[in-house]
Amino acid sequence: MATQYAGKGRYSKAGVLEYKEMGYYDPDYEPKETDTIALFRVTPQPGVEPEEAAAAVAGESSTATWTVVWTDRLTYLDRYRAKAFRVAPVPGNPEQYFAWIAYDLALFEEGSIANMTSSIIGNVFGFKALRALRLEDLRIPVAYLKTFKGAPHGIPVERDMLNKYGRPLLGATVKPKLGLSGRNYGRVVYEALAGGLDFTKDDENINSQAFMRWRDRFLYAQEAVMKAEQATGERKGHYMNVTAPDMEQVYERAEFAKEIGSIIIMADLTMGYTALQSLSNWCHKNGMILHLHRASHATFTRQKNHGISFRVLAKWMRMLGVDHIHAGTAVGKLEGDPNLVRGYYDILREQYVKADPVKGIFFDQDWAYLPAVMPVASGGIHAGQMHLLLSLFGDDVVLQFGGGTIGHPMGIQAGATANRVALEAMVKARNEGRDILAEGPEILKKAAQHSPALAAALETWGSVTFDFASTDTPDVVPTPSN
Amino acid sequence: MRITQGTFSYLPDLTDEEIEAQIRYIIQNGWAVSIEYTDDPSPYNVYWHMWGLPMFDLEDAAAAMYEFQKCREAFPNHYIKINGYDPSPMWQAQRVSFIAHRPKKEPGFRLHRQLWSDGRRLKYTLEAYATMRPEGERYQE
Repeated sequence: MATQYAGKGRYSKAGVLEYKEMGYYDPDYEPKETDTIALFRVTPQPGVEPEEAAAAVAGESSTATWTVVWTDRLTYLDRYRAKAFRVAPVPGNPEQYFAWIAYDLALFEEGSIANMTSSIIGNVFGFKALRALRLEDLRIPVAYLKTFKGAPHGIPVERDMLNKYGRPLLGATVKPKLGLSGRNYGRVVYEALAGGLDFTKDDENINSQAFMRWRDRFLYAQEAVMKAEQATGERKGHYMNVTAPDMEQVYERAEFAKEIGSIIIMADLTMGYTALQSLSNWCHKNGMILHLHRASHATFTRQKNHGISFRVLAKWMRMLGVDHIHAGTAVGKLEGDPNLVRGYYDILREQYVKADPVKGIFFDQDWAYLPAVMPVASGGIHAGQMHLLLSLFGDDVVLQFGGGTIGHPMGIQAGATANRVALEAMVKARNEGRDILAEGPEILKKAAQHSPALAAALETWGSVTFDFASTDTPDVVPTPSN
Repeated sequence: MRITQGTFSYLPDLTDEEIEAQIRYIIQNGWAVSIEYTDDPSPYNVYWHMWGLPMFDLEDAAAAMYEFQKCREAFPNHYIKINGYDPSPMWQAQRVSFIAHRPKKEPGFRLHRQLWSDGRRLKYTLEAYATMRPEGERYQE
């Protein structure tokens, strides 16, 4: 049956058409400046041709349903229909294809991550004609970005608030994650901050359980923060996790944190996009730094063939408006190919990000003056890796050493001091023009001569590495051309 | 106590050569060098006194080093910090800051706690012992 594509003919008869015949595949389409462009990694079912699979993704993530409906004729569907305009095989993987799909500006509600995600990753990932689907990257147009406020503060303003410049910030998550009383918890906060860290942190699953209610934790933590400020003469902070069963309680906890003098609160990604955006608005209004723990992200970001890439989530969070987000360590205990992780950092921190296949970045992205977000490197890192961390990530990152502070054989203060001495020695050496990657271990050894705490840390963890292959890696190919 | 504001407070005090190397780093990045001093080291004291204007477009660290030394001669018992300022778009902020000179004796801070409403909440005030005395008479040899 010959069908006229995108024309009137397709409505002449009820029934099922191929998506590409419905206009969802258009190799001649020239994306507009104001279009959002998505790059999907598509694994079609055997027998489904890649153009049809790409068209199906475009259809299901915009206007289509599985059959022809006459009500299409009541609107100007050409605008609302997403268009797959390019399909290319994934190099080295005969089952997979990259599909470029353009979405018109009219498709997404202003300033709504919930709406954008409901379209682009809403239904389509369960689609039977595909074996797997992954959203690799998004080019978000300036026109849409300008409907978002972004981070409540951004990196330079946060540094002004803390009065800390020219080095990574240091943090630690209080351990054990669960089970401490409020009073014991505050002890860990005090020791870590007095020893030299800038921040301590509630973990993602510490909210308000029976063994420690949030109010007790906040009060003891703030006492610890202020006592540490007294001991050091520096600004300090504890990320108070305000994640709660409902928004009313989230606001109640956030208000309390503000009232007792905290400079920062935190939230878990599990709260959901709308809740986070409301909390971001609250932080804009109340001058509070907002730290985001990406709890649950690896359930959908880790596998290379299905889900969404963390780089897309990072873009959404920069739009939605957080000041901090965990973005990987490359050298620590959690998943993260070093090149891809550097790509996430670029996306969070730069004003204009150039496409770079080695870092897994497929599109140039102009951030339209949305403030930069401070990435957080957390999980299985220690003072002995300071040269690697500083050369990978530069100054604008929070390095969080949980076990690497609290597990120090001479105590928590010594653990914190070891990290701070290692950091300052490495920054000093870098600024002096030394090659810290090559000379790092030597620089640390020399710094340890005036710091017994650092000497003990290097002795304890100096040789610990987490050397596992990443499941998500760049395809490292030049962008294919038509 | 030792006030640990600034980037290198956990290292032994920098020598003049080491300070000059850090100034060189600021200049190489195209940032402006500024020198500030105070005898009120509260972490909430944002505006230290400026030792002259920020030095833009410096080519040689020696000029900034000379100003730092003059400041140190004039205020041997004050805190002096050296900053690097980046006026580039989206920064327009400090990129470097470290204490290059400090008083010999640092008496530290008093933490004042005021009980609030419910017997649990406290209002905190942090006050440097030195600032009990008038400006200029706070730190002695």
